[in-house]
Amino acid sequence: MKNSFPTSKGLKVVQDLTVVIKENREYLSEIDGAIGDGDHGINMDKGFSLVAKRLAGQDMDFSDALRTLGTTLLEDIGGSMGPLYGMFFKQMSRVAKKVEVVDISVVYEMCNSAMEGVMRLSDVKIGDKTMIDTLYPAVQALSEAVKAEKSFNEGIDAMIDSAYAGWQSTKEMVAKIGRASRLGERSRGVLDAGATSCYLILKSMGESMKELAQ
Amino acid sequence: MQRIINDPDYVVEDYLKGFIKAHKDIVSATDNPRVLKYVEAPVPGKVGIVTGGGSGHKPAFTGYIGKNLIDSVAVGEVFSSPTAKAFYDAIKAADSGKGVAVLYGNYAGDNMNVAMAMEDAEDDGILVKKVVANDDVPSAPKDSREKRRGVAGEIMMWKAAGAKASMGGSLDEVISVAQKTIDNTRSVGIGLAPCTIPAVGKPNFLIEAGKMEFGIGHHGEPGISVEDLSTAREMAEKAVDCILPDLPFMPNDEVVVLVSGLGATPVMELYIFYNEVERLLTEKGIRIHRQYVGNYFTSLEMMGVTITLTKVDAELKECIDMDAYSVGLKQ
Repeated sequence: MKNSFPTSKGLKVVQDLTVVIKENREYLSEIDGAIGDGDHGINMDKGFSLVAKRLAGQDMDFSDALRTLGTTLLEDIGGSMGPLYGMFFKQMSRVAKKVEVVDISVVYEMCNSAMEGVMRLSDVKIGDKTMIDTLYPAVQALSEAVKAEKSFNEGIDAMIDSAYAGWQSTKEMVAKIGRASRLGERSRGVLDAGATSCYLILKSMGESMKELAQ
Repeated sequence: MQRIINDPDYVVEDYLKGFIKAHKDIVSATDNPRVLKYVEAPVPGKVGIVTGGGSGHKPAFTGYIGKNLIDSVAVGEVFSSPTAKAFYDAIKAADSGKGVAVLYGNYAGDNMNVAMAMEDAEDDGILVKKVVANDDVPSAPKDSREKRRGVAGEIMMWKAAGAKASMGGSLDEVISVAQKTIDNTRSVGIGLAPCTIPAVGKPNFLIEAGKMEFGIGHHGEPGISVEDLSTAREMAEKAVDCILPDLPFMPNDEVVVLVSGLGATPVMELYIFYNEVERLLTEKGIRIHRQYVGNYFTSLEMMGVTITLTKVDAELKECIDMDAYSVGLKQ
């Protein structure tokens, strides 16, 4: 078993992601409907479907595929998720551009850089009931995996588990930012839609990268 | 869902095509399919007026493109912010070299996308400033006014700033009038029945029969309280009592009143409501300088009403009284 994969193979990670978002279109909208306006899945799928078309038949490396995804979300989707996920994937693309091989420390760099980008764009804090509550523990888990010199698979599994726990923790939080924050206490008791899509994204990317590193 | 649409995911694309064809004397398409502009924009020697927001609020936002009003609009999905690129292209479409004022509502997506668009426009050497509307009283307490949403009061802001720009005002003068207008504007909404985003297919919030949501937002954001449906008289009293003390509006103040339906309420009922509002304001010694009653800023097919009051001085009166020609406002 290898502990890395070449960036030249990374296109698959982004293509798999477009499929996962399409599959979860209704689920994401349903979660958003509880405290938002119920269109998160629709807008995400609209963007990711555009990306699927733009990637079809292309021979791109990991960085270019991530950049296409980020730019499409930023320029064609709008809302809050367009700029936030646009920034998220463009930051990942920047990290991937500097390397030829993706190992667990590169995955950490990518996720950490994505998180920094999102936090630069919005004054979100941990515990505000947002995508950051999924992303932050995932980045922490990756950081520890790098320090402990864990294998690629162990590191990715730790990332997915921590992302899952972070995502679930949004259920008991009160939204502090964005449209759901207008509900105050009424936002407690349901999962956050952005935290949900962030979990689905990290899980899908993690699993695809594990396959590539086999 | 009883709607006149084709593909629910493409209602914005489809409505824009019809809108451009129906109003080609006022609006024209641009290279960006999500940006519409006034046929004469950029107007030479005039500060450009830009806005943008999610769709579903007809006649806002595209309906206020026109003479002495807005020069270009960035168009988003239903109830979802336009992209940063759309705001950037709208700024470019409005820029005649004298600067551009971006006047919009206070929503997370709009704030992020406008900020990115303004940075890019500044990189291109365009002089650009913004004013963020926050007229919706129930959306946050008075001491955190900066968190309040922008709602129908945006129309007053566009009207005054659009006029100031046409009078030859500098960018700073236009921005200052826009800020003064919104600082003197307060709104509140009452929702009677929810709305459905076509792509979602079902309402994302509920208002039970016989109830009303007082303080509802333009996307169905919950208000301050859910109450038994009352008479128009009681609704007007509650609405006036909510907004008057917030500014506060005082006896002998002159105001512009805007009563807007939320989409599905019969216009007849807006007049019933306005009649009560007029009586209440007159009783309190507040003088109505001008009034607008109709569907000016809607939320798809939500039932309900919003009331907006703007306290006006000589400068704002001159601006708001100026003639205008757009789909949503002709005077």
